[in-house]
Amino acid sequence: MRSYLIRGAAPAGGKALDVLVVEGLITQVGTSIKADAEVIDGAGLVLLPGLVDLHTHLREPGREDAETVESGSAAAALGGFTAVHAMANTEPVADTAELVEQVQRLGERAGLVEVRPVGAVSKRLAGEQLAEIASMARSAAAVRVFSDDGRCVHDSRLMRRALEYVKPYDGVVAQHAQDPRLADGTACCHEGTVSGRLGLPGWPAVAEESIIARDVMLAEHTGSRLHVCHVSTAGSVEVIRWAKARGIDVTAEVTPHHLLLTTDLLESYDPVFKVNPPLRPAEDTLALRAALADGTIDAVATDHAPHAAHDKDHAFADAAFGMLGLETALGVVAETMVTTGLLDWAAVADRMSVRPATIGRLAGHGRPVAEGEPANLTLIDPAGEHVVDPAASASKSRNNPYAGRTLPARVVATFFRGRPTVFEGRLVAGVSV
Amino acid sequence: MKHLLSAADLSRDEALGILDTAARMHAIQTREVKKLPPLRGRTVVNLFFEDSTRTRSSFEIAGKWLSADVINVSAKGSSVSKGESLRDTALTVAAMGVDALVVRHNASGAVQRIAQWVDCAVVNAGDGTHEHPTQALLDAYTLRGRLGPIEGRHVVIVGDITHSRVARSNVLLLNTLGARVTLVAPPTLMPSGVASWPCTTSWDLDEALCGKAHGDVDAVMMLRVQHERMDGGYFASAHEYAATYGLSPRRLDYLGEGVPVLHPGPMNRGLEISSAAADGAHSVVLDQVQAGVAVRMAVLYTLLAGGEEVAV
Repeated sequence: MRSYLIRGAAPAGGKALDVLVVEGLITQVGTSIKADAEVIDGAGLVLLPGLVDLHTHLREPGREDAETVESGSAAAALGGFTAVHAMANTEPVADTAELVEQVQRLGERAGLVEVRPVGAVSKRLAGEQLAEIASMARSAAAVRVFSDDGRCVHDSRLMRRALEYVKPYDGVVAQHAQDPRLADGTACCHEGTVSGRLGLPGWPAVAEESIIARDVMLAEHTGSRLHVCHVSTAGSVEVIRWAKARGIDVTAEVTPHHLLLTTDLLESYDPVFKVNPPLRPAEDTLALRAALADGTIDAVATDHAPHAAHDKDHAFADAAFGMLGLETALGVVAETMVTTGLLDWAAVADRMSVRPATIGRLAGHGRPVAEGEPANLTLIDPAGEHVVDPAASASKSRNNPYAGRTLPARVVATFFRGRPTVFEGRLVAGVSV
Repeated sequence: MKHLLSAADLSRDEALGILDTAARMHAIQTREVKKLPPLRGRTVVNLFFEDSTRTRSSFEIAGKWLSADVINVSAKGSSVSKGESLRDTALTVAAMGVDALVVRHNASGAVQRIAQWVDCAVVNAGDGTHEHPTQALLDAYTLRGRLGPIEGRHVVIVGDITHSRVARSNVLLLNTLGARVTLVAPPTLMPSGVASWPCTTSWDLDEALCGKAHGDVDAVMMLRVQHERMDGGYFASAHEYAATYGLSPRRLDYLGEGVPVLHPGPMNRGLEISSAAADGAHSVVLDQVQAGVAVRMAVLYTLLAGGEEVAV
């Protein structure tokens, strides 16, 4: 295996240092390191621990026309990720040990990022019976994150049992908070002025907030670990802040799109902006940014949701929910959190790598840039302003809501287990680990 | 004007222009021979993704009286359930050499989407719970026929505002034409953010019709309330809805002489409107149907013949 010397990049935005990578590990961090290694000029660049995504839809098995584990892994690497959590809502649903092991194997075969399967909470995501959580946890895939994402575990008793059931495995239930009685499957626009004017079925903030309120109480009652997916409202932030202050073991994520994009984009009726939970008003995006800055929200998670064009070429109400996110996540976080002064790069590393790795109980990721640590690293250009071009994506899908937008930072290189998967902003040909 | 997608697309002059053209078109409805030649050789397709009898036949007659070839395409249940995308359906139909697509769809915004994909003129014949601009135009035409100029008039619209494309288009167009609008509905059927609309609102029909505004109401428009809304918990029973928001004979008596009562149809007699209101001297329901043909002729004429002077 080749050795690499990253010269003069700033680990987590601190003082510029040289970092030597040998045999998959960081073997030396210092100044003026001399080594027989390929030298990468890191001047002016920031070196972060490889990004970890808690919430990725890779669509395989079942919808390989929209994304595969391999194409999604490539998009992840280009976005600076070294690990992704593949959501369970595939076809068939990842609700058995065999299925999560299959996803795990596909990830290893692609070899671009660590693919951590998420197991379903309920069989077929039907919300009725527990999925084989213990088998998935004890399988070769060693699943730690369980989620019916795309659907809410709405039944209170099932949610309580799931929280209890994951405890022996140090597992976490990642909840898609949406009361289906307050926001059913047709709800597709934040309930407010825009939904009223456009005549789109409303998705009220309370449908999310009331489930989170119930779930943090259940987490307290069971003494178990709850993670809240894609928090989208200011009210949800308040509930989570209260729960954390009370000592409840709850973590939360926010998507890049909920940090940047707002409900008014739906005026175009363009389903590229159709996502669940829906885009919220600007007041919510500001509350979410503040919560990510103060740590109430622990992590940024992409909810990368690829869809074939023919699933989006419909009327807004009939089109599929979801948008791409892996390749633009860092740029959007830079735009909303770094250029605004809310986070420095060390805090970005915390919210996009350290904390998500901790929540997912993922070893070898989210580690400091220090001697002896695994070389899962992301080299970024904080001045790498660029215009988003959906056609340039490694994803099989093109439902990119940022098309034509200028984002302030870009990924220069990604190292996964000591090898570059991305270099000079491009996938390294023939990478496999 | 390339398309007619929203009542908000129309400036005051454009709206008045269509209403004036409609008046000239209306004149031929009483003739024995009703056809005019201006759209000879042009093709109008009624592309309906949702069932409709009155709007579709109104557009069909309007096109035919202007000598256009009119084809009805029922695309109900095509699109999503059969796996065809809306884009494919629209492009397929448009590729047949169509000059205008008249589109109705059960999803809000569907017609706007189609207008972005095809080259021909597109008329919104009702999109979901969003808009129905030709209905607003025919309502304005009817009001003008009864009341003269619309400017300064006060129109009360009553019923399921949340799910009404008729209400949305009427609020926009009446506002453009200088009228005042009051929306009346129970809180469960009042849309989110209605406070930002250019109108006033009330939960109390009696107050709206004979409270301090008594004598100030120039027209009342009753909206259809679907029985299914009861299942959604929007109101308790048909009886209670009729008692609270129906245009009963008692409420009809509040109205001054010559105050027209409109309804876009089809009517639920005994629910939102009593037979006394539907059939009495105030009712202009059949005038609305007649106006529908004239207004749709005017819209097709304006879009396809580019506003040349009509030789009637």
